[in-house]
Amino acid sequence: MKALTRSQLHEIYYYLRLNRRVDEQLTLLYRQGKVVGGVYSGLGQEAISVGTAYALEKQDLIGPVIRNVGAMLIRGYRPRDLFLQYMARQDGPTNGRDANTHFGDVGRGVIAPISMLGETVPLMAGIALAAKLRRERRVALAYVGDGASSTGPFHEGLNFAAVQKLPLLIVAENNGWAYSTPISKQMAVRNMADRAQGYGMPSAIVDGNDVLAVYEATRTAAERARRGGGPALIECKTMRMKGHAEHDDARYVPKKEFEKWQKKDPILRFEKYLTAKKRMTAEEKASIETRIDQEIREDLAFAEASPFPPPEGAARSVWA
Amino acid sequence: MALLTYLEAIRQGIMEEMERDPSVFIMGEDIGAYGGAFKVTAGMLEKFGEDRVIDTPISESAIVGAAVGAALMGMRPVVEMQFMDFIACGFNQIVNMAAKIHYRWGPAVPIVIRGPSGAGVHGGPYHSQSNEMWFVHTPGLKVVAPATAYDAKGLIKAAIRDDNPVIFFEHKFLYRRVKEEVPEQDYIVPIGKAAVRREGTDIAVITYGAMVWAALDAARELEKEGLSLEVVDLRSLLPYDEETVLASVRKCSKVILLHEDTRTGGMAGELAALIAEKAFADLDGPVVRVTAPDTPVPFSPPLEEYFLPNAQKLAEAARKLAAY
Amino acid sequence: MKSMTLAKKSKPSTKPDGETLERMLYYLRLTRESEWRIERVLYPQGKIVGGVYVGRGQEAIGVGAAMAMRAGDVTLPCHRDFSVYVIRGFSLADIFANWLACGDSPTRGRDNTLHIGDVDRGVIPIISPLGATLPVACGVGLVLKQRGRGNVVLTHFGEGTTSVGDVHEAMNLAAVWKLPVIFICNNNQYAFSTPTEKQYAVKSLAARGPANGMPGERVDGTDVVAVYDAVARARELARAGKGPSFLECVTLRMSGHSAHDAAEYVPEKLKRAWAKKDPIQRLEKILLARKILTDQQIRKLNKRVDQEIDAAIAQAEVRPLPRGEEAVEAVYCEASCWWRKPPSAVSGPSSVATGHGPRATDD
Repeated sequence: MKALTRSQLHEIYYYLRLNRRVDEQLTLLYRQGKVVGGVYSGLGQEAISVGTAYALEKQDLIGPVIRNVGAMLIRGYRPRDLFLQYMARQDGPTNGRDANTHFGDVGRGVIAPISMLGETVPLMAGIALAAKLRRERRVALAYVGDGASSTGPFHEGLNFAAVQKLPLLIVAENNGWAYSTPISKQMAVRNMADRAQGYGMPSAIVDGNDVLAVYEATRTAAERARRGGGPALIECKTMRMKGHAEHDDARYVPKKEFEKWQKKDPILRFEKYLTAKKRMTAEEKASIETRIDQEIREDLAFAEASPFPPPEGAARSVWA
Repeated sequence: MALLTYLEAIRQGIMEEMERDPSVFIMGEDIGAYGGAFKVTAGMLEKFGEDRVIDTPISESAIVGAAVGAALMGMRPVVEMQFMDFIACGFNQIVNMAAKIHYRWGPAVPIVIRGPSGAGVHGGPYHSQSNEMWFVHTPGLKVVAPATAYDAKGLIKAAIRDDNPVIFFEHKFLYRRVKEEVPEQDYIVPIGKAAVRREGTDIAVITYGAMVWAALDAARELEKEGLSLEVVDLRSLLPYDEETVLASVRKCSKVILLHEDTRTGGMAGELAALIAEKAFADLDGPVVRVTAPDTPVPFSPPLEEYFLPNAQKLAEAARKLAAY
Repeated sequence: MKSMTLAKKSKPSTKPDGETLERMLYYLRLTRESEWRIERVLYPQGKIVGGVYVGRGQEAIGVGAAMAMRAGDVTLPCHRDFSVYVIRGFSLADIFANWLACGDSPTRGRDNTLHIGDVDRGVIPIISPLGATLPVACGVGLVLKQRGRGNVVLTHFGEGTTSVGDVHEAMNLAAVWKLPVIFICNNNQYAFSTPTEKQYAVKSLAARGPANGMPGERVDGTDVVAVYDAVARARELARAGKGPSFLECVTLRMSGHSAHDAAEYVPEKLKRAWAKKDPIQRLEKILLARKILTDQQIRKLNKRVDQEIDAAIAQAEVRPLPRGEEAVEAVYCEASCWWRKPPSAVSGPSSVATGHGPRATDD
């Protein structure tokens, strides 16, 4: 696999930082009472969203869920899209019709999720099927959490992709908790990756807080899928560093867990790596941060000034 | 008597039934240690232990199916859907397994499936649905939707004691907004009986759930204009109280059917047909429906407001009908 | 990855004794001949209402599994597990009456084929959306576990059904909660016209066991002794609180998907190869070789089975159809619950509850 260039590494760093900043800004907006509904943070899991999405190609599609903001940014959404969506404004990606990360655009290769977890898998399998039928070098990537892997649709989608040898990648984000349910109450296998053997598909387990490991694993699996090698499951081990949502203080998570994973923060780790390998100078880092600051400022101002949708928008035709 | 919210009344009802009958137990996602997403089941794990308060993986279909299996073995499970929107994930188990077992081969399936439904909290399309009609259309089930704290407790107890599968629609908007004095002793509210919430003479408003409160608000306003609304709270949708509905229609001669659910295929259509069949001669004006439009529940506040029926929209419809 | 299999070393108690083997032969033969009559006699005569699904060639699964059950166990058989019903005590006449849609059938004419059940006999039937009974089995297992009497629940399904979401949710649930459930998959290689290559991509479905956190084992589904042994070992594991197991019992569907399906998509070569593994022939060989039975005794048993079936059919055929008005009765179970178990018209050896069917050596 070709090594990443300096500028690519900087891009990855930019997206990691941007992901976290958007997340932080949304939390701030929530505390200011400007968000409609809940805020579901991806804090600590940025390396997965960024590492996976960065490894894909333009013609690929992703099926993100609520904590994959970083992936959506890489596919061409901007911070303002997240702010507008969370604040339910007219110019948000769904014109205010749905909440949080429930938006998408086939053109950008993003398929919007629904709240029913696991359902994204059969959907992305279908995307992969179309790619296969049309002989396109396209890969479909579905994100699932530990909780979603208990669901029927997860199973049906995986089995279908395996039997049809579809170019589908499953990124199994194991962050230890599904709302208040720990892994021990969710599944009896040790790793989510252990499930893959039941479908006859290969799997990999990676450190989900190591963005380059995530990137490499995704790239390898994607290449294999493009060559007609079929689906694969990549389990990324990480930790959900907040509650299920901002309104959940996660008191059921032992404090020790947070402390342990804080030390493995994906962004700090990547920074350390870049510095140690002399792939990013202090000036370059500062420049990226300045750029992000400006982007966030501009996009926030834009979003806050945006109007709410006109009421009649609700009754606009439900059919195409 | 104790002053309880609608949510606390449900909690008290479930706990009383669990104390009374050791075969009652609860299952659902995040209901044990966490006490449930809305805290309806808070305190139950501590009181009844892990065997009777079971935290499940994300598996709506398996949870409902397992409830059926446990019921066949003599237990009385109460299953929580974290949001009633997610009941769709267990649809086959409810309509094909639970609803049809007694009819097909005899044993009772005494399960309750309960959860928060309804809009008005900016929940968006998947945390705001009113999908009761999927189940009203399924013979073999019972469907219940309380609007008051008193009824919430009485009906959850009745549902748990019922030998048939009961789908219990709680309205999340009412969880903490409705408070009333609720008897601390054992009582039930019978399934299949409506309640006249306010007596009136000019227009009968038949409704259920959160809309009962909108109807009462509208009634108070219209009274100042000399228009008298009678408000009937259905409480049960399957079976529903034909007698009370028809009595009110005959008394007022004009009727508005009100629900938060979308228009086509909603309960109002069923009631309109009933009224046309059995009270045609008693009507002095057309049957009017005030409902949400036929769209998914939108997220942004102005959209959701436009979507939802409310006291003002009802009052407008009432004035128009009064003038007919 | 640590492989998870059932204890390979069989205890003596997990192998059926001579008496049990004899009874197994009776049940195999009874099942084979009963289904033959249904599919090849009654159905062409137009006497069967609806479709016909038989388990020809797969009888060893139902027999081996049900014979390994103990009092208080529960089973959820599916449409190709005729023998389970007989072993659990349904009368042959009642089963035929259900096929004939009689008013006093176990479903009062309300459901067809083998969609019959009786909680007292520990039998819960399928619904046509297959896979839905696996979560139900989990609920049963939950209660059995809590009651602590060492009982287990068996649930039967085909390899096609393993693709259904409910199967995954149920297996996951059973494993997480360590429920005493035995998942018995009849891999008869065809789900209607869908061969296994189009159903799943894994080499053996036994892998679904460890993929869900439970032991998985592949069993020769035409060998009733092997099935019995595997279920007995799984039962022991469950009884001891070690949780569920998954058994892939391999057979070949020796009929169409249903009576109206000629199954031309199944290669002749495959049919011929599996005909040689016929479960009845295999058991007869064992019984003869071990001198448990003679040829003559086997012939006598077969004759007895024929007579029993004759009597049951004759009995069922004269039972009336339900009255139309009955359709709207008993939709709900109310205080005066209308439902009553229909009287069992024929009580003969096959109505005995726990697999104590006749032996060929009985008089």
